[in-house]
Amino acid sequence: MRHTISVLVENKPGVLARCAGLFARRGFNIDSLAVSVTENKAVSRITLTVAGDELTLDQICKQLDKLVDVIAVLDHTNDLVVERELCLCKVAASPQQRAEVIQICNIFRGECVDVGNGTLTFEVTGDEEKIDAFVRLMKEYGIKEMVRTGKVVVPRGMQPTQQ
Amino acid sequence: MSNKMIGADAILKVFEEEGVEVMFGFPGGSVIPIYDRLYHAVADGRFRHVLPRHEQGAAHMADGYARSTGRVGVCIATSGPGAMNLVTGIATAYMDSVPLVAITGQVKTTAIGKDSFQEADTWGVTIPITKHNYLVKNVADLPDIVREAFYIARSGRPGPVLIDIHSDVSAAECTFTERHIEQLRGYRPPVTVDQEAVRKAAEWISEAERPVLYIGGGVIASGACDLVKQLAEKANIAVVHTLMGKGGFPETHPLSFGMPGMHGTAYASYALNKAGLIIAIGARFDDRVTGDPSKFAVGARIIHIDVDAAELNKIKKADIAICGDARQVLEMLVPLVKPRSPGAWEAELEDYRARHPLRYETPSDGIAPQYVVEQLYKITGGEAIISTEVGQNQMWAAQYYKVDKPRHFLSSGGLGTMGYGFPAAIGAQVGNPDKVVWDIAGDGSIQMCIQELATCIQEKLPVKVAILNNCYLGMVRQWQDLFYEKRYSFVSICDVPDFVKLLDAYGGVGYKVSDPEDVAPAIEKAMEVDDRPCFIDFKVSKEENVFPMIPAGKSFDDLMLT
Repeated sequence: MRHTISVLVENKPGVLARCAGLFARRGFNIDSLAVSVTENKAVSRITLTVAGDELTLDQICKQLDKLVDVIAVLDHTNDLVVERELCLCKVAASPQQRAEVIQICNIFRGECVDVGNGTLTFEVTGDEEKIDAFVRLMKEYGIKEMVRTGKVVVPRGMQPTQQ
Repeated sequence: MSNKMIGADAILKVFEEEGVEVMFGFPGGSVIPIYDRLYHAVADGRFRHVLPRHEQGAAHMADGYARSTGRVGVCIATSGPGAMNLVTGIATAYMDSVPLVAITGQVKTTAIGKDSFQEADTWGVTIPITKHNYLVKNVADLPDIVREAFYIARSGRPGPVLIDIHSDVSAAECTFTERHIEQLRGYRPPVTVDQEAVRKAAEWISEAERPVLYIGGGVIASGACDLVKQLAEKANIAVVHTLMGKGGFPETHPLSFGMPGMHGTAYASYALNKAGLIIAIGARFDDRVTGDPSKFAVGARIIHIDVDAAELNKIKKADIAICGDARQVLEMLVPLVKPRSPGAWEAELEDYRARHPLRYETPSDGIAPQYVVEQLYKITGGEAIISTEVGQNQMWAAQYYKVDKPRHFLSSGGLGTMGYGFPAAIGAQVGNPDKVVWDIAGDGSIQMCIQELATCIQEKLPVKVAILNNCYLGMVRQWQDLFYEKRYSFVSICDVPDFVKLLDAYGGVGYKVSDPEDVAPAIEKAMEVDDRPCFIDFKVSKEENVFPMIPAGKSFDDLMLT
């Protein structure tokens, strides 16, 4: 099963190395990882998606929480969350195909951000499934280059995210 | 109060605040600013400094000092090779939850990342083997970082903390303010205990039909030994201890069943595996205890008490998990437990113990190593601080030297570090000048840190070493004997050096013993040496194996008695 975790950490050098090293040496599999600043400049937020059963998830959260620079670990398995990911996708498209590909992009509420000789680059945001679906369709045309940010989430409404 | 001083002085000032009396360190280029201030501080009688002959020795000495005294051990090394040589010792302390503060020098702030002379990424290397670590780039941060290091090292589940300090930071001036570290945002050892869980645990224990107490090093770390004894006696529960828990409950107590697991007593493994209720306190279901966790103690419900939440449900799912300091939890638990009389289960355990005692045959080709340990136990009256190396010597020491008090048995349990015992004994002797300290060693392990003989001579430390010399790396040879059809691949270490001559060369005392009759007299002679190290080279039976044995990854059903 896949889980999404937010890790609030001290905004200090090397904190990401501590967290990433922990996953590697304890054999946890990380599917995606996104790091960013937060509303508090002393705090950074790492959003992780991990695969594993309940006990593995429990270990990941507890081992992370043991790190002195980790302030809080939030498991979103049972939360209602807003989840977003951004994808930049460069697709092979001949001048004849352009309109057709852009039309698909519009269905996904994406934007065409670059037009090249034989390529179009799209920016699409949404949850993971939506982007997966978009990427699947683009594969038909030939994806030249693609990058995804990894998932970020915030719980909906007034559920507290900061402990 | 605040005043100006350089970083090195600030470090030493915080050491004083934290009650540091002794440090184990080896100087070098990037810690010269610290050693320059130490020159005065030691001359003024503020500290004692012990100079090992290898930085690994410094770390193990600080560790032995910490385990035997309950204080935080301090070690110092220079950048690059100095810091890298500490690594084994820090990892050893980390695995066994020993509070250490390691200070390492780092190249200047302007030289970092340039592959400078004696530059190594000490911070990066030590992330996975420390409870926390720091790279200090700004002298203003230094005093509080040193304070935090001590607080983190000794609180919660103890462990080593490393502070890597640029040499120009140690030499730079800062304003020193006296301050007390209150709390760190991301570090909160548990302070409250789940009362409902404790109440339920007390109920289960009071009504248990087949209970066993399984205690680990956490009992010693939290100072909960007296409460464990109260609990065991009140509810009449057999106690088994891990290697780290040795001394946490008196081994001469009738309720003590010794150590379970790979080379534990058969009756301790039996008690644990046939139990209906395991009360685990400060123990972590290590693979040397459980073997295959899926086949371990399958009929038991588990109450698991540990200060480290991550240990709960890590290996075995706990039916009642209580996160908290062992002493704090037991203070709540013991009064709630109802007295319980011994019954059929206790009779079953006694019967099993009577039928399967620890035993060994008298060999024909030398002294029985077990006999040496028995004689050591007898002659020291069980009062010595014992350290061990790693391998067969360690297991025989664990089996045959009964320990009644905490902090009297020092052994690298988690990491299994050969070379630990001798420097750890030195650290223990420094911290306990009035105690007799013996290292029970093998001829392989003792050679890994043997250079520390010079430290003993310089510091006039009467550390004693019993070498169980079988001319083999014995534990590996045992596995090759039992599981690899006697293919003894690179385990023969021939009969070198001549330890008597070696001790003579260093200025210590060395004896060689080949006849069982000479074992006790030699130990008695060694006990009289009080100003320098003494080694006894016991020529033991070459191919003696440690039994009982549960092979790695197996279960109690696979227990080999001989």
